[in-house]
Amino acid sequence: MINTLVHVLLVLALPPLLPGVIARTKAAFAGRNGPPLLQGYYDLARLLRKGSVLPSGSGWVFLAGPVAGVAAPLFASLLLPFGGHSAPVSFAGDMILFAYVLALSRFFTATAALDTGSAFEGMGAAREVAFSCLAEPALFFGFVALARISGSLSLSTMLGTGPGWVTAGAPLVLVAASWAVVLLAENCRIPFDDPNTHLELTMIHEVMVLDHGGPAFGLVLYGASVKLFVLSALFLRVVFPFNVTDPRLDWIAFVAGILLVALSIGVVESVMARLRLVKVPQLLVGACVLSAFGMLLLAR
Amino acid sequence: MSLPLVLGGAFLCVAGGVPGLFLPPGAAARRIATAGSVGGSLLGLAGAVSVAVTGRVEALTRAWPLPGAALHVELDALSAIFLVPLFLVSALAAISGARSFGDDEHPSDARRTRFFFGLMTGAIAVVLVARNGLLFLAAWEVMALSAFFLITADRQSRESRDAGRLYLFSTHVATLGLFGFFSQLRSLTGSTELVPLPPGVAGTDAGTALFALALFGFGFKAGILPLHFWLPPAHAAAPAHVSALMSGVLIKTGIYGILRFTSLVPDPPAAWGDVLLVLGVASAVLGVAFALGQHDLKRLLAWHSVENIGIIVLGLGAGLAGRAAGRPDWALLGFAGALFHVVNHGLFKSLLFLGAGEVVHVAGTRDMDRMGGFGRVLPKTAFFFLAGAVAISGLPPLNGFASEWLVYLGLFDRARASGSDALRAAFAAPALALTGALALACFVKAHGSVFLGSPRGDPPHAHGEPAAHVAPMAILAGACALLGLWPAGIAPALARAAAIAAPGPVPTVTLAELASLVTVGLSALALVLLLGVVALFLRRKLAVAAPTAGPTWDCGYARPTARMQYTASSFARGPVGYFGWALRPRAKGAPVTKLFPVSASFESHVPDTVLDRAIVPAFRAGAWAARKGRILQQGRIQLYLLYVVATLVALLFRV
Repeated sequence: MINTLVHVLLVLALPPLLPGVIARTKAAFAGRNGPPLLQGYYDLARLLRKGSVLPSGSGWVFLAGPVAGVAAPLFASLLLPFGGHSAPVSFAGDMILFAYVLALSRFFTATAALDTGSAFEGMGAAREVAFSCLAEPALFFGFVALARISGSLSLSTMLGTGPGWVTAGAPLVLVAASWAVVLLAENCRIPFDDPNTHLELTMIHEVMVLDHGGPAFGLVLYGASVKLFVLSALFLRVVFPFNVTDPRLDWIAFVAGILLVALSIGVVESVMARLRLVKVPQLLVGACVLSAFGMLLLAR
Repeated sequence: MSLPLVLGGAFLCVAGGVPGLFLPPGAAARRIATAGSVGGSLLGLAGAVSVAVTGRVEALTRAWPLPGAALHVELDALSAIFLVPLFLVSALAAISGARSFGDDEHPSDARRTRFFFGLMTGAIAVVLVARNGLLFLAAWEVMALSAFFLITADRQSRESRDAGRLYLFSTHVATLGLFGFFSQLRSLTGSTELVPLPPGVAGTDAGTALFALALFGFGFKAGILPLHFWLPPAHAAAPAHVSALMSGVLIKTGIYGILRFTSLVPDPPAAWGDVLLVLGVASAVLGVAFALGQHDLKRLLAWHSVENIGIIVLGLGAGLAGRAAGRPDWALLGFAGALFHVVNHGLFKSLLFLGAGEVVHVAGTRDMDRMGGFGRVLPKTAFFFLAGAVAISGLPPLNGFASEWLVYLGLFDRARASGSDALRAAFAAPALALTGALALACFVKAHGSVFLGSPRGDPPHAHGEPAAHVAPMAILAGACALLGLWPAGIAPALARAAAIAAPGPVPTVTLAELASLVTVGLSALALVLLLGVVALFLRRKLAVAAPTAGPTWDCGYARPTARMQYTASSFARGPVGYFGWALRPRAKGAPVTKLFPVSASFESHVPDTVLDRAIVPAFRAGAWAARKGRILQQGRIQLYLLYVVATLVALLFRV
């Protein structure tokens, strides 16, 4: 019970910290001070107090995007084990629900973008759904590989394969590499998308939410950070599938691990340039091939 | 008592349309036909539901003075699971069609269409309960022919005549395959009744031929790739309520045929399951890829039928492979998933077609690139179409997710087993994920470019949404929500039907133990609640300061026009490019090269590769050969006498 409570509190409170960590890391690389670590929280507090402007002609679908963008990743987090603690909800086949709930938020974010009738938002929506077509199989190849390693069909037991690193190290490395690409792509980080860009023509996620403002944009930002948090937790559990014996220490190890993932994303964003859009599908297909190889290595 | 209800319902559906053929066109004829269809469907629905719930088997046999034939019908859980969507969809489509394809706009065609609509419903019902090969074939042919008259309902349009001709050719080739199938079945079992094959036959060459014939005949009707080519033009040309019944139910008779046939086989070889698995993956992935390339709304929906049939066949393949491997639990999951998807696809696809019919009616075109902003004049249609779009994309909390989840679970369960044989299933699961992501892209595009944004062509005029049109969609959307939030409710019926589809060893665990549909339903409910909480939160925040309206941010450009919006075609360009090797999109028009360009035009199409590159060239070659052969026909009696003599001489030498 207490673990479920900690789980829910963490996923509600911690996500806005991650963009702050990433921004600070990037600032350090650039030799700047950077925004405060808690900038994400300040932004949310400010946006939720503001009024908003809705694009003329848009309907309720325009607001359904931010709503699904928050609710779906929050719900998905309930299916995911955080560190050594198993998920509040777990059953055989929950990884499929996990993936499809995230897809629900994609559906409504893209639909909300089309509701504005803006050329640029249509462009962003088209890119978002197109790139996910390639990210999704990479995720599922990884699921199959993990199911074969662990013999389980539930995220809580599938991901906690501590001994897997001994018996099936090579496949796990491939899956982890592939999912790292998925993590960056699904959260629109460099090398796929530059969250700080100011050119609508090259954006993916940011361009879909150009017209959202005030509380709705606050929800968009919060939802994006929750999604980053959830996918980071998934990735972390593959890379570090070990349980720390003391439950309190385990929570601390989990939070430290998440911050480390955010830090690594910051490092990646600092040392890499954004890919040209035409190269993005190639990298994603590469990720698919990596996890497919990971699965094939388990063909015994 | 259920079988008479089903047969009586089927009869009423057929009989309702008959008076209209003799009465003058008008309200009386329309009311009788619609009442017949609705009343018959409700009767049949009652019978089918009671069998699906109780799992009873009812049979009826009457003599039929035809050698080898008997009026042998039998209603079991497997038939019932197909009959339920048939009767539900036919009742709702009849209500919708009475208004949308009425006597005012189609004075000469409306009553004919109502008659054939009832006839098709009745014939499908008989196909689903027939247990004699000849009765099955007779009902099959009535069903196929009435579908032809429904596709060509709009006789004035050249497009629908062409589509009808292609369909007529395809359905007869399929029936030819079925003739072969039933005669082969008879030679193996010694009976025209549908009785089980003797053990050991399935693995022989004769058994393989039987499977190939079944796959050909039934696969043609179901629209499994590459036998799908008749399906997109036919569904695009037919009136919307007919497309709803055809896409939602008619094509499933092919699936039913495959299932009924394999249920007669005591020992299906492993290869059968694998063949279905491969065909399922091909149909699902390429079906949705082709759908993405379409800008004709109804053609897009028709291609999605190919995709969904692929998902169903994937489930069948998983089930058959499970039977061959001696794993009844895999068979249960695969068949239950496939059957659940049969029901679900019947619901959301007919919902989408009914919505599309209304849109096409208002827009006067099927081209999505000329639509946009219809949500403002058709708000209810827009809402229900969105529900259908979420359901068909397989997203929670609606029913599409629940059935795809069952199919996934069957695949994952097999994929985690040891042995390299499991790898085939291991590749099918990510392929299904790819299909899901593409379907999502396709329906974001379809819903967005039709209902959202601003009108790209002529702005639609305010129209009103009559209850006869909204109510059927509301009922279908309600059924989608119900099965999404409470999938456990249908699970016992699925398990019973799956048990008939997979005779032999009974799994030691129940479907509920294998797949916790209760949890899936509760999760969907929790998701809905969470969405509601966040929506309420946003609502309260927005209520503090009333939002104002302003122009959209178009990169600072203050005067965006509707023509600048992303069109359906540009939206799909990325994924269509990934599948360019199969889709072969065609583009016409010159790119803009100079500054201050003069007016230019551009259009792109994704035609059906199989039809354009295989079927049409094959027929051209046939026609060419026939033309060359015409030399033999000179019309002179002497020459024909010479042929006779030459043949006789040749035969003499041969003997």
